[in-house]
Amino acid sequence: MRQFCWLIWLLGSGQFLYAQQIQQVNKSWIENIRNNTTNDTLYIINFWATWCKPCVAELPYFEQLHKQTQDKKIRVVLVSNDTKKALTDRLPQFISDKQIQSRVLFMNETNANDWIELVSKNWSGAIPATWLVKASLKQEAFHEGELTFEKLNELVKQFK
Amino acid sequence: MMRKIHLILAASIFMLAAAFNINHTSGSKIGDKASDFSLKNVDGNMVSLADYKNAKGFIVIFTCNHCPFSQAYEQRIIELHQKYESKGYPVIAINPNDKDREPEDSYENMQKLAKEKSYPFVYLYDETQEIAKAYGATRTPHVFILQKSKKGNLVKYIGAIDDNYEDATAAQQKYVEQAVDALLAGKSISINQTKAIGCGIKWKKKPTE
Repeated sequence: MRQFCWLIWLLGSGQFLYAQQIQQVNKSWIENIRNNTTNDTLYIINFWATWCKPCVAELPYFEQLHKQTQDKKIRVVLVSNDTKKALTDRLPQFISDKQIQSRVLFMNETNANDWIELVSKNWSGAIPATWLVKASLKQEAFHEGELTFEKLNELVKQFK
Repeated sequence: MMRKIHLILAASIFMLAAAFNINHTSGSKIGDKASDFSLKNVDGNMVSLADYKNAKGFIVIFTCNHCPFSQAYEQRIIELHQKYESKGYPVIAINPNDKDREPEDSYENMQKLAKEKSYPFVYLYDETQEIAKAYGATRTPHVFILQKSKKGNLVKYIGAIDDNYEDATAAQQKYVEQAVDALLAGKSISINQTKAIGCGIKWKKKPTE
């Protein structure tokens, strides 16, 4: 009975569930997205962190886009640049509190110098930053800094 | 005739390339002369690079109070100053953030933090954000190592402090230390430009925004 209670507690704890869901990626993920030229999905990839105020401020736009485009070949991906420590508490808590629906990935790299330029030569490393890529068309766009919903939609429209 | 067309074509390509370049030269590059400034330190005094008569150069770091990356590097910035000030390379910390967008980075809060953590280096407030723009700083922390020369203070390194923000002891490459050590030894810097994730500088909102 006691074991059963534990199981219920674990399953009921959002923290436990979300901790299992956040997939960790490394820099090869960036190149895989770009090089998978048979993939005609438009990826809208936002680099953010829970502590970054302008990142958090623009998240609702990405969420809105995610909801609007679910039936289309468009995928919103939020790549977290939080600390490794945050992966077990702060990040899952944030996703649960804000009820984030878009896919959240965790960038598991310590040296950003190795991967920032893989995303874009124009990226200084400041977040928020947004990368749009449609591998089948070999088409990409990049924006450093906070976006408005209008600006985000403009970036997306380039790919139609 | 053909040759003329070729010449015109070459000239226009050159001009196009030049125009393109002009658009992309905001901020300083390696080898550029860095502009001096007069900014208010947390002790109330105005500070310029020209005040440092005996310095061989400077470790200019755009940083701030609120940013977790700046906080992660705070102790390392203190140690850089302790290690290199006596060798002629003091740390010059500059906060470029707009206090209206990030109240934690106000001048008063800078004073508080500097006192609390006993900053051994100057901590200057770039209220107009003009110095951050002139240097081409985009995030915090963002380092510019300058070397004094007859021509002025030349930019020798732009980038991150080291390659591991989460854990100083796990850093494989201490970019800033390697660069200053090379300058002190009269050698060329092997890695003179790096990138790191950081907090975007909180620029003042334009009136139209």
